[in-house]
Amino acid sequence: MPDSLPSFSLTDHHRRVHSFPTGRPALLCFVKEDCPTCGMTMPLIEAASHAFRGEVDVVAIGQDAAGNALLIERHNLTAPMLDDSDLKISYAYSVEIVPTIILADARGAELRRFEGFDETDWQSVLAEAAHLAGGSEPQIDWSVYPKSRPGCGSKSVEPGAAERLAAEASGSRLRARQIELGADEDSFEFMFERGLTDGLPVVPPTPERVMRMLAGTRRDAQEVIATVPPNLAPLTIEKVAANAVMAGCRPEYLPVVLAVLEAVCTDEFNIHGVMSTTAGATPTIVVNGPIRHRLGMNMKIGALGSGNRANATIGRAVKLALRNVGGARPGEIERTALGGPGKYTACYPEWEERSPWEPLHVERGFRREDNVVTVFGLEPGPRLIVDQLSRTAHALAGSLGMALESCWHPKLHGYGEVLLVISPEHADTIKRDGWTKAQVRNRIQEASARPIRELLPDANAGEGMALRHFGLANPSAEALEQRIPKFRKPENINIIVAGGEAGKFSSAFGGWFSGPMGSISVSRKIEEVP
Amino acid sequence: MTRIVDPTDERVPLSRMLASRPQHLSGVVALLDIVKPRGDVLLDRIEERLSERVPGLALKRYRKPTFAKPAPDDLRRRIAAESDFVIEALAD
Repeated sequence: MPDSLPSFSLTDHHRRVHSFPTGRPALLCFVKEDCPTCGMTMPLIEAASHAFRGEVDVVAIGQDAAGNALLIERHNLTAPMLDDSDLKISYAYSVEIVPTIILADARGAELRRFEGFDETDWQSVLAEAAHLAGGSEPQIDWSVYPKSRPGCGSKSVEPGAAERLAAEASGSRLRARQIELGADEDSFEFMFERGLTDGLPVVPPTPERVMRMLAGTRRDAQEVIATVPPNLAPLTIEKVAANAVMAGCRPEYLPVVLAVLEAVCTDEFNIHGVMSTTAGATPTIVVNGPIRHRLGMNMKIGALGSGNRANATIGRAVKLALRNVGGARPGEIERTALGGPGKYTACYPEWEERSPWEPLHVERGFRREDNVVTVFGLEPGPRLIVDQLSRTAHALAGSLGMALESCWHPKLHGYGEVLLVISPEHADTIKRDGWTKAQVRNRIQEASARPIRELLPDANAGEGMALRHFGLANPSAEALEQRIPKFRKPENINIIVAGGEAGKFSSAFGGWFSGPMGSISVSRKIEEVP
Repeated sequence: MTRIVDPTDERVPLSRMLASRPQHLSGVVALLDIVKPRGDVLLDRIEERLSERVPGLALKRYRKPTFAKPAPDDLRRRIAAESDFVIEALAD
C-alpha cells in the first residue's frame, strides 16, 4: 500500500479552510505565479476541477499570497487556490519543481506524481482521476500545448528557505530553545548584550544557519559529546553547531570542532583547570592529516595567525562552546590574571610536507593519512625565537633551548609540555646535519640545563626552586653543581613545522601546569571527513 | 523577525541559602589543603591556634590530590559526612 501523504489544513482565497485528506480522491497541484509552466497549467487545473466536482478534490496550492491572487485573476480560476506562502506544505511534500501534480486516493495515499508539464503525464493523471470519480475526463484541446515543458524551482528550495523550513519542520533536528528578537533589535548587538561573545562580533546562530552547520556531520544533533566543566553542562552537537556558526565556521569544519571538544573534555586534559587557572592557559590545537588541505588551513606564511578562516574559526568555536555551554567566562570561573590572544582562538595545522621529520600525529601512533587533532594546555600565545646566525643543527637547537628556558621562568626547571613551532628555514638548517627530533630535544635539554645553585630563589630573582625539590637539605657545594634540565623529559618538547619559507624565526608556546596533576596533551582522530 | 538558537547551557542554576552561622565552634573542623605551595604551612598554623583557643575541638586534615582539578566526589562526601566546619587553604 502506498504511503500516506502528510495531512494539512490550508485556507483558500475566500479564507475557507481545506483539509487533506477528505475521504475523497484529490488532485494537488503545487504552483507559483512567476513560473510560465505553472501559468500554462492553470487552465488544466480549472478544467479538472469542473469535470470532477464533488468526486475528486482538485486544488491549486500556491506558494505566495500575492502571486496566488494574480493567478486567480489571470486565469479566472474557480478551483480553490490554497495559500502555502510559508511553504511548509511544499516542504513537507518534498516539492522541488513547480508545477508538481499529485494524485492521491481517498485515504490520502499518493497514486501518481509528476513535475513540469508533460502531455502524456497529464492525460494519464486525468484518466486515472476520471476513473476514481466514476465519470469522464475533461475535454482538453491538447493541440495548444507543447508535448512537454520543464517546470521551475519550487520556492521551498530557494537558498535560505530550505534551511528555514528544515529548522521549522516537525521532524527538525533542532531542539534547543530558540529566542525571538524584537523587530527593531539588531541581532549582532543582541549577541553582545546577552554576553554570548568573546568581545568580537559573532554570526547570529539563526535556525537556518545552525541547520546548515549540522549538514557538516552525520551524527545525531542531540548526541551529547561531552560534559563540559566548569558547569558540568551536557554538550550536544546542536549546541556545538550554534557556537560554530557564531565563530564563523563552515559546516565542513564541524567534525574538527567536535573532535577537539571531545579531546579537551577528558580527565587527562582537564579543561576545568586550563580555563580557570589564574596563570592563563588555553586549549591550543594542532591539526594533522589530509583534512588540513581539504579545509584550506594555512600552515605557511602567518600560520600562527592571522588571516585564515579555518585556523581562526575552529579554535574560536571551541572557545565559544566552552564559554557559552561550559560557563568558562572571563571574570567568572575563567580567572586568568592576564589572558592573551590565544584565549580567542589557538588552532594551527602542521606543515607536514615541509618537515624533515614524522608529523606530530604519526609520532603519537596514528597513520599519516589519519586526520588528527592534538590539544595542549598552553600559554595563550606564541613567543618568538630569533636565530638568524646559527648554521648548524647543534648551534640552532642550542639557541632554541636557551629561549625555551624562559618559559614560565628561567629558574623553574623540571618543566612539562611545550609546543615548539620550527619554521622552514630553521628546519632546513637542522636537516642539513641530518638531525632527528630526538637529537634536537636532547640538545635543547643540554643547552637549557643549569646547576641547582642557579635555580634557588635569591635576592636578585625571588622566583626559583627550593632545595626540597631536589631532595636536598644541607647540600654540599658539589651537590649544588648538579645540572637540572629544563624539561622533566625530552618528550615534553613537542615539535611541529609551520610557517613561511623566509625567516629564521621559530616560535614556542610555553606550557601550563602539565602532567597528571594538571593537563596532559590529548590526540583524537577526526572520524568524519568532509 | 530574527530567531536565534540559544547557544548556552539552558539549565537554570539552583540558588541555595548559606548555612546559618553557628554561635560556637564545636565538633569537627575539617582543614582542607588543596596542595598549593605553602597551603600546609597556613593550615599548620591554623590548627595550632584553634587547638589553643578552642580546647576539645576535633581537627581533621584533608588533602586534594591536585589543586588544578575539582575535589573528587569521594573526598567531598567524606568531608561532609565527617565534619561540621571546613577551612580551605587556597594559598598562593
